[in-house]
Amino acid sequence: MDFPSFLIQVLNAVQYGLLLFLVASGLTLIFGIMGIINLAHGSFYMIGAYLAFVLSSATGSLMLALAIGVPLALIFGWLLEWAVFTHLYKRDHLEQVLLTYGLILFFEEARSILVDNDVHSVAIPELLQASIALTETLSYPVYRLFISVVCLAIAVALYFLIRYTRLGMMIRAGSHDRDMVAALGININLVYRIVFALGVALAAFAGMIAAPVSTVYPGMGSHVLIVSFVIVVIGGIGSVWGALLAALVIGFTDTFGKVVFPDYAGILVYVVMAAVLLWRPEGILRKSGG
Amino acid sequence: MRRRVIPGVNFLLLVLLLTLPWFAPPYYVELIAKILVFAIFAMSLDLLIGFTGLVSFGHAAFFGIAAYSLVLLTPHAGAVSLWIALPVAALAAAIAAFVIGLFVLRTRGVYFIMVTLAFAQMVFSLFHDTKIGGGSDGVFLNSRPDASLFGFTPFDLANGVHAYYFVVAMLALTFLLLERVLRSPFGRVLVGIRSNEHRMQSLGYATYRYKLGAFTLAGALAGVAGFCYAVLFAFVNPELLSWHRSGDAILMVILGGMGSLGGAIAGAFAFVSMQEFFSQATKHWLLLMGTAIVLTVLFLPGGLAAVPDRIRRALTRERPHG
Repeated sequence: MDFPSFLIQVLNAVQYGLLLFLVASGLTLIFGIMGIINLAHGSFYMIGAYLAFVLSSATGSLMLALAIGVPLALIFGWLLEWAVFTHLYKRDHLEQVLLTYGLILFFEEARSILVDNDVHSVAIPELLQASIALTETLSYPVYRLFISVVCLAIAVALYFLIRYTRLGMMIRAGSHDRDMVAALGININLVYRIVFALGVALAAFAGMIAAPVSTVYPGMGSHVLIVSFVIVVIGGIGSVWGALLAALVIGFTDTFGKVVFPDYAGILVYVVMAAVLLWRPEGILRKSGG
Repeated sequence: MRRRVIPGVNFLLLVLLLTLPWFAPPYYVELIAKILVFAIFAMSLDLLIGFTGLVSFGHAAFFGIAAYSLVLLTPHAGAVSLWIALPVAALAAAIAAFVIGLFVLRTRGVYFIMVTLAFAQMVFSLFHDTKIGGGSDGVFLNSRPDASLFGFTPFDLANGVHAYYFVVAMLALTFLLLERVLRSPFGRVLVGIRSNEHRMQSLGYATYRYKLGAFTLAGALAGVAGFCYAVLFAFVNPELLSWHRSGDAILMVILGGMGSLGGAIAGAFAFVSMQEFFSQATKHWLLLMGTAIVLTVLFLPGGLAAVPDRIRRALTRERPHG
């Protein structure tokens, strides 16, 4: 492989990894803080992608679709936590699995009623349609760079949110001891609701910006869900930085796997997970007591 | 056991099951055979979820591996002997379960759920992405296994009624085997692990080995179910290993009430009947199914199995224990 095509693969790997990070970070936060295993998290990614398709065909612009879609996703997450997830905190994992499995069936079928079961494409905004020429024949689309930059900016923003804000402090405290935080007069249920809505919005946003490159198709949610689980397992449940690191590892494994062993790329990701399980069953960045 | 089951009802159901092909049209015989295959599958999963306390979300992998084994064992022309294919398919599922179990049992709780799901997806991609079993289109079984033994042919699996009785026999064998296992010291340890693994460890039991044993046995029995499925439908595709199948199996176990072999069979009946009922009511039956699941978890903790108990309590105005 010559250098320009190697560079393209590296950029693709980073872009894919960062996109997965957006989904996995919400999943790991929701588990780490609220103790909920959410199988429906992939559905939020799917919902985001379909929102991008519906809204951008209605408004004619992906950017406008993002501006409308992200607040919608936040509200949706807020309502979903209020209506359903808030009843799950004291239930065991099996009931959480069952309920969120039911939600997947519900969302997939609702999607097929409201939109349809076809594959759709979403246009790249005109501003970002250009490509950067690397050699005479190879070029890299600006839109993919845009995805990486936006995801990276969100990762940094999440870091500041969790590390330096009052809300972040409550989130960190809530993940250690729910009852103690509540006893100190903090409305822990509100913190949970915010975290859940944030997780939904992150996953939906990932689906929205990925829509132009991945196309929009039924079942896109379950693929992302399972890869996100792998990331959470590798990174350690509840660890956002573990999720970032693991998402990049998976991004590189998948992208280079497709180049080296095209038939077995789908399996490589799980081989990496198996290796991590042997080495560190609790994930590479598992915090104690987190 | 909380529920008192009248032995007469069980006897009646057994007679009904054994005489079904005499009066039911072939469509129903095939439907019941399919339900019984899922009942074997659900019982094998119940050994993990209900008796050992391991919520495996990847059980369809072993079902699929055995189904594919039968197809891969069958030569292009002619049939494979049933007496070779069945043990080999179950063994293949058992070996896969043993190897996957070595990894997944290093984790517990919610990790275990995610990791079993991921490993099952790995097996799914193996059959979906590569040419081993016809890729994503699946592959037909050329001819069903041959049951002849020393020149004598007791039954013919290509015959729907014979295949039905074969599945009934497999269900009975699985039931008796699991019943036996659960009564054995090994089974007692598994139930002990479900209630309190730390205590079992401090009593000196190497719980990892017992869990691995249970995982392997459950995989082998899921393999028996997968084998029966391939025999009945003579077609396999990667969809057999998809995580939706694993999710459906969990639903069956829970519908029937965890930790009861009869319950797992009832759960398979209830699940497939619900599927038939909803899918005849509307094209978008998954919406109803999803809603039913969500509402059941929200408003009926303990599932349908706990309903008779609740009614009895409401009637006698007894306060719930615990």
